[in-house]
Amino acid sequence: MRYFITVIAMFFTWSASAQDWEDRSVFSGADTSQSLRVLSSTDTSFFEPIINKFRIAYPNVSVEYLVTTTAEIDKIFRASPEDYDVVISSAMDLQLKLVNDGYAAKIANVETPDWAKWRDSLFAFTIEPAAIVINKAAFLGHKIPKTRQELIQSLRARPALFQDKLGTYDVRESGLGYLFATQDARASETYWRLMEVMGGLGTKLYCCSGAMIDDLESGKIAVAYNVLSSYAKARKGQDTSIEIILPADFPTTMMRTAIVSDSTINVKNAENFVRHLLDIQSEGQKDATTSLPSLFLNPGEQTIPLEPALMTYLDRLKRKTFLLEWERAIVQ
Amino acid sequence: MSEIVRTSGSLRKRLMITLISGAAVLAIVLFLIVRGYATQIAQNGQDNILSASVSSLLDAAVVQDGTVEVDFPYSSFSMLDTELDDRVFYGIYQDGRLLSGYEDLPRPSLKDGERRSFQTLDYAGTTVRLASAKRTLVGATGRTEISVSIAQTQDALSQTLGDISQTVTLFGTGFFLLIVLLSYWATTVTINPLMRLAMSVQRRGPQDLSPFRKEVPSEMVPLVSSLNTLMGRLDHSLTQSEDFIAEAAHRVRTPLATVRSYADATLQRVTKKQNRDALRSMVRAIDESSRAASQLLDHAMITFRADHLEKKQIDLVALVQELVVRLAPIAEMKDVTLDFAHDDVVTTKGDIILLQNAIRNLIDNALKYAPNESDIYISVKSDPNPNVMVLDQGPGYPVEDFDNLTTRFARGKNADGVVGSGLGLTIAKDVAVAHDGDLLLSNHEKGGACAILSL
Repeated sequence: MRYFITVIAMFFTWSASAQDWEDRSVFSGADTSQSLRVLSSTDTSFFEPIINKFRIAYPNVSVEYLVTTTAEIDKIFRASPEDYDVVISSAMDLQLKLVNDGYAAKIANVETPDWAKWRDSLFAFTIEPAAIVINKAAFLGHKIPKTRQELIQSLRARPALFQDKLGTYDVRESGLGYLFATQDARASETYWRLMEVMGGLGTKLYCCSGAMIDDLESGKIAVAYNVLSSYAKARKGQDTSIEIILPADFPTTMMRTAIVSDSTINVKNAENFVRHLLDIQSEGQKDATTSLPSLFLNPGEQTIPLEPALMTYLDRLKRKTFLLEWERAIVQ
Repeated sequence: MSEIVRTSGSLRKRLMITLISGAAVLAIVLFLIVRGYATQIAQNGQDNILSASVSSLLDAAVVQDGTVEVDFPYSSFSMLDTELDDRVFYGIYQDGRLLSGYEDLPRPSLKDGERRSFQTLDYAGTTVRLASAKRTLVGATGRTEISVSIAQTQDALSQTLGDISQTVTLFGTGFFLLIVLLSYWATTVTINPLMRLAMSVQRRGPQDLSPFRKEVPSEMVPLVSSLNTLMGRLDHSLTQSEDFIAEAAHRVRTPLATVRSYADATLQRVTKKQNRDALRSMVRAIDESSRAASQLLDHAMITFRADHLEKKQIDLVALVQELVVRLAPIAEMKDVTLDFAHDDVVTTKGDIILLQNAIRNLIDNALKYAPNESDIYISVKSDPNPNVMVLDQGPGYPVEDFDNLTTRFARGKNADGVVGSGLGLTIAKDVAVAHDGDLLLSNHEKGGACAILSL
């Protein structure tokens, strides 16, 4: 089958398109009239195996895969929902608000657990905890912290070493970073103390997990807080210099979610795409070809629940207050 | 005889229809009331949660450095999570100006003095419940009014109501069916005494005119007592007429006997053939009249005794034997032989006088119609039930009259010239029926009438 599948990945320069995509790939199908536009925050490399499998099942459908940040996705999609068929994002709160505001179509009879869907419109397809990722070199001969509290102690113990060597999301830019930050803040006051400590040591702020891991590998930073463990794991396969720590005090676990645009004309194809995605990602069909974590939750584990409360920190006033406090802590 | 009775519907049907339609109306009313009540409770539940959510938002509002901050808790929206993931919309307003939330959400319609309001309205293409409340904040720069509205879709509510409706429908239908069964039972129980009365009237023999003694429901007492009165009157008048006939027959018989003896005496004295013939005719007429009179008496007696039947153990063979002996002289006069055959022992329970009378009438009949120098065969058998058969060698019964032979005063067409009243077979039949038996008449295949009195 691979012979028939032509994968054309086109990398547009910043100025070539009206929209600035991080990445834009077109997977052509046999029939040019059937095409799907997928708006996503997930790197193409993670999604390519999934799209290829979808194209084996539906060879006629072309897939245009557009990558940008979660905050951009929300903005672009709200501006022209009819231009996109499927929206995939790691920012659960933004996705849930899209459904709440009526931008998503219902898909009937999708076999997925109740906690992994909302209103039969929003479907989770991965389970991904936020992690502390460290460069092992910085901790040679020292205890590797297992919790946020231990991280604070480590940072305080050797401030000179960690000065300007810390990184985390810029929550003002990244939707996922904001989700992680607000959920951390909701769970424990430790978050604010950590932010204050990190702020005092001059933390670098990043748009995305990929960039943070790049800098970790190159040794520019020694500790990155709230990195997507899935991205880190994918990178760790090649590199042994970094270590991924899932905080033992309380985990913050995100689910990547997909919706079908309510104004799409490719309803059938878009629905098939989401069903296919869930099929691949659901438990028992875990495929080695994709490096995205499957939708599998160990007993006792919890994710950020899909509920209207996710909209709390999207409130203009709440967001203003939160960002103000966050800036006070970290941008000193 | 049965006249066409005009009916005005069935009591049972009327009762059933009334009960069932009543039950149906009740079931529908019950459904509407329960559903309405459930709607109210479910709506109250949603209102309470919305109200709590609004309060927690409003409580979080503070004026800080001249600006309003609403740092509401996560739980404000968390509590609005429902089974069916209902959508949530909200708006936070300062003096009517939107601070945060959904721009196009209808503004809270709080009247002066009203602290809280609930509305159901259409928003975002669906029906939502909108709760609003307001609060006045006093800051350094003056008073400001903060109001909050939260709207929630009603998917979970509709589902709850749907479930309740389904359950109530199920219960309602169940109760309805139960009531239908109960109605059927109640109707049957109510109608039964009436049916029993009707049945017992139907089952009564034509002679039974005694009053009804069984207990009846009080509502039926007037009917039954009227019926009893009517039957009492009928019985009385029937008895009176029977008495009258018996009395009349008795009174006629004695003078007739006198007239006959005078006629006999005169016959000895006159010699003219013309006169003798006239006298003989006279004697025959007198015989016939006196026989009719005595049979009328017999009949009246039988009717009376049949009503008050005294059953005793009877040796049927001895009874018939005695009759045969008694009637033998009359048979000899016609050179007729009475041939009597019988089983060893034939016994039955019955009234000896009535049975005697009936069997004598049968043998009398045979004697009358049997030709001279012939045999009359009489048998008494116990199988299959006690029966007495009388078979003669006469002309037999006229075929076309079989059905009428046992009615009063009916005589066969071939009876002309034979003395008789037409009561003989009637008496035999009445006696048989009074003993729960029957009188079977047939013609023997070699000629001759065959009468079987079966008990």
